[in-house]
Amino acid sequence: MATAPANNAHGAETRRDFIFIASGAAAAVGTAATIWPFIDQMNPAADTLAMSTTEVDLSAIELGQQIKVMWQGKPVFVRHRTPSEVDAARRDDYANLKDPQHDADRLLQEDGQPGRAEWLILEASCTHLGCVPTFVTGSSFGGWFCPCHGSDYDTSGRIRRGPAPKNLVPAPYVFTGDTSIRIG
Amino acid sequence: MSGHSTYEPKSGFTRWLDKRLPIIRMAHDSFVAYPTPRNLNYWYTFGAMLALCLVVQIVTGVVLAMHYVPHINMAFASVQRIDRDVPYGWLIQNIHSVGASMFFLAVYIHMFKGLYYGSYKAPREVLWILGCVIYFLMIATAFLGYSLPWGQMSFWAATVITNLIGALPMIGESIKNWLMGGFSVDQPTLNRFFSLHYLLPFVIAGVVALHVWALHETGQNNPTGVEVKSKADTVPFTPHATIKDLFATALFLILFAVFVFYMPDALGHADNYIPANPLQTPPEIVPEWYLLPFYAILRAFDFNIGPIDSKLAGVLAMFASIGVLFVLPWLDTSRVRSMRYRPAARQFFLIFVVVCLVLGWCGGQNPGRVLAQSGDFTATLRWVEGGAVSARAFSAPSEEQFDETAAGMRETATTEGAAMTMVSRSNATDARMMSVVGGTPQTQTVSARTIEALEEAVQEAKAEIGARAPFFVTERASPMAFTVTRLSQVATFYYFLFFLVLLPLLGLRETPGRVPDTIAKPIGGQTQEAA
Amino acid sequence: MLRALTVAAAVFVAAAGVAFAAGEAEHPHDHPFSFDSPIRGYDMAAVQRGFQVYNQVCSTCHSMAHLSYRHLGEEGGPFAAYMARNHETGEEEMVVGKPAHGGRFVTVTENPYVRAIASAVTISDIDPASGQPMDRPGRVSDHFRSPFPNEIAARAANGGAYPPDLSVITSARHGGADYIYSLLVGYTGEVDGALYGNRYFAGGKIAMPPPLAEGAVAYADGSPTTVEQYAADVTTFLQWAADPHMEARKRMGIIVISFLLVLAGLLYLAYKQVWRGESH
Repeated sequence: MATAPANNAHGAETRRDFIFIASGAAAAVGTAATIWPFIDQMNPAADTLAMSTTEVDLSAIELGQQIKVMWQGKPVFVRHRTPSEVDAARRDDYANLKDPQHDADRLLQEDGQPGRAEWLILEASCTHLGCVPTFVTGSSFGGWFCPCHGSDYDTSGRIRRGPAPKNLVPAPYVFTGDTSIRIG
Repeated sequence: MSGHSTYEPKSGFTRWLDKRLPIIRMAHDSFVAYPTPRNLNYWYTFGAMLALCLVVQIVTGVVLAMHYVPHINMAFASVQRIDRDVPYGWLIQNIHSVGASMFFLAVYIHMFKGLYYGSYKAPREVLWILGCVIYFLMIATAFLGYSLPWGQMSFWAATVITNLIGALPMIGESIKNWLMGGFSVDQPTLNRFFSLHYLLPFVIAGVVALHVWALHETGQNNPTGVEVKSKADTVPFTPHATIKDLFATALFLILFAVFVFYMPDALGHADNYIPANPLQTPPEIVPEWYLLPFYAILRAFDFNIGPIDSKLAGVLAMFASIGVLFVLPWLDTSRVRSMRYRPAARQFFLIFVVVCLVLGWCGGQNPGRVLAQSGDFTATLRWVEGGAVSARAFSAPSEEQFDETAAGMRETATTEGAAMTMVSRSNATDARMMSVVGGTPQTQTVSARTIEALEEAVQEAKAEIGARAPFFVTERASPMAFTVTRLSQVATFYYFLFFLVLLPLLGLRETPGRVPDTIAKPIGGQTQEAA
Repeated sequence: MLRALTVAAAVFVAAAGVAFAAGEAEHPHDHPFSFDSPIRGYDMAAVQRGFQVYNQVCSTCHSMAHLSYRHLGEEGGPFAAYMARNHETGEEEMVVGKPAHGGRFVTVTENPYVRAIASAVTISDIDPASGQPMDRPGRVSDHFRSPFPNEIAARAANGGAYPPDLSVITSARHGGADYIYSLLVGYTGEVDGALYGNRYFAGGKIAMPPPLAEGAVAYADGSPTTVEQYAADVTTFLQWAADPHMEARKRMGIIVISFLLVLAGLLYLAYKQVWRGESH
């Protein structure tokens, strides 16, 4: 006799707890789901994502010169390397590199085709803290030097000395003709 | 009501914190232990919804400000970019624009609730006034925000409202230019409106904190208007009031979601999808629905009152219609708080609510629209058949003397036997008078429902009579017409009558209904059975 | 008592909305569009045909400055492409429109349909080498080409009338899509100087000559090439352009409202539990 009311009370308690837990859980799920759009809105918007590819006409760049073009709001080096720069880059493929990489791999086009040795396309952003390195003829490794914290890159844009941890990043590109490339 | 605190810190950390910053104690006393009258109905849940609305508006607004560009050439396009390209931008923008309407919907219900249950009376005057301050800030914020998308309605609403302030005598023009940062609504205006629209919600949040503070100091009113007598009349805020507020808020959110997801533009105006054009005003300017009653009051004044011209009178009345709320605690003389026990006042209150809705309706209508007229428009054509017609040109010596000269000419013609004369003026001083001698005078009356139809009927009648009449003299009569403006005037009159005459007089003269003893006395006995 | 007031308030809000729809012109014809329903999406074939009509007819005078070619290929756009497995051949192939059994969305820059549409357009730009104005083929990120460089040029070329931008035209007109459709089929045939009789335009006369003629645009899918069909298609396209996220919005609405109904139900039960046995 005495157990029956206790069971009832226990049943009511279970039911009550279930309702409270279910409402709390539902409210928590709803809140979490609501937060997502407010976080996601800070991601790059559709117009930024589809920012145009950049076409570059190579015919105007003379041997030993480079231009900077803007791609997705970032500067990109398009360098017309001299044979001696190419030689230096290949020679150092097996040097003691901080971030070992072959020059030929750094020239690969976006579609996997090999690039052309005289054309080097790199994102112009030092891998240390993002400054734009300067090409300094006669610098220690013959390539780029970052004015901010003194990172030295060679003629393939590989890091050789200084605080930067990685090589300059090759920009994705393809040859669209003999003298034109498309970046992105 | 703010008795001593019942908070007891349980852990070592909370005891440590409580000695240094008793913030948990404050939250506990305000939102957990705070005693709430047992008999609060669902009309008392709108305060929670309003808090939610403010948070939603601030959060969505801060997010939108990350993408919005306050520049006259880019604002419209940046809103389009939010709607099209920003991840979930369409959702956040819809929530913000619909949220403004939801905020006002909730605040109006909250205010009518306060009016009905007498929540503005002693000792809650400051609580009520802080609420009025919040409401006024809400209007200002909503107006500033409405101008930001820089559509046609944005631009012209900004122009019209800044011009309202220009109606003030002497200083109006200077204040107007100071507000706009120029001589028209332009880039400086948009930029400062954006800044202020960002600022004011935080001011509102501050005043809300004061509002809640004042509420917790005096304790909540309740539908009977009789102060709670003992602890037995109350329940702790959490969980009792919290759960009820949450349930009501969930229902409110369903309405909110229906608008956001299925009719995001239903409460807006199509013209705001046209980029602002300072060279062209849209055919009709209307504010957002929640400001329509004030717009109706503004437009109700189409007449000058002594030295106050109609424009200034409208502006003053509009501000007074909000201002009167601030002094309401001292206008209502009744000792009984809740209208539940004031049968006469309740009738006038119901009329007042209807009047507010009518004002809102009027605000959205063309002010000249005829709602009822006493009869038809009529025109009486008079002409003379078969007389001798003569025409004579004349000039008045000056423009001022024209009427005099024309009357003289007519009189001369009449004494010479003319049956009918007509003067057609060609410029300030020159005119031609036609007169006809002899013949048979004729008349014909035409009538029509509208003035346009009447003009058509007159043209038809003239064509029918044709050459039989050398010329016509037409007398038009308009029926008494009851326009939207007249209705607004009646409604505006009642609006002020309610606050300034009815509430003060009723309190002195009415016989309040009897408050049942069960309410007037503590209900401690009844709660025992519940426990 | 106060319950009656909420009803009154709802009626009032509805009436205020109706009151804005004033005008002397004929009330727009209520055309049955797919997007009228609270759950249905766009008839994407109609949006595609409508884009064709816009591209070949409307775009000679009307800009759509807030749209870019990429929008056509984004998810929910008329030319959104997906890689899906063909069940008969087992090959991965590109299809337009989301396949029923799912598929991998093709990013807009890779979408061949959108690339073809964009590159067929000539865009005025600045030559990065010389700094001089030049023409180049369009890219997917370009905004829809505007037929006139500015409003003055547009007015000068159209006898003083300004062909409005069509980006959000169905939102910017009372009556929305029904009005646009009615306007396009509402020409009476009367001509008064440079104005054309139109039953649905305020004032009855519009500066835009009848834009659509039977057979003017050739449809590849065999749809009838009548003025009514063109008008319905281009209106559907314009509605999509003004409200590109409608489908996502309606889908999310169902989820959110269902969730809120469940939450409200649970909270009601919780409320009843908390107040059980309390007098109030």
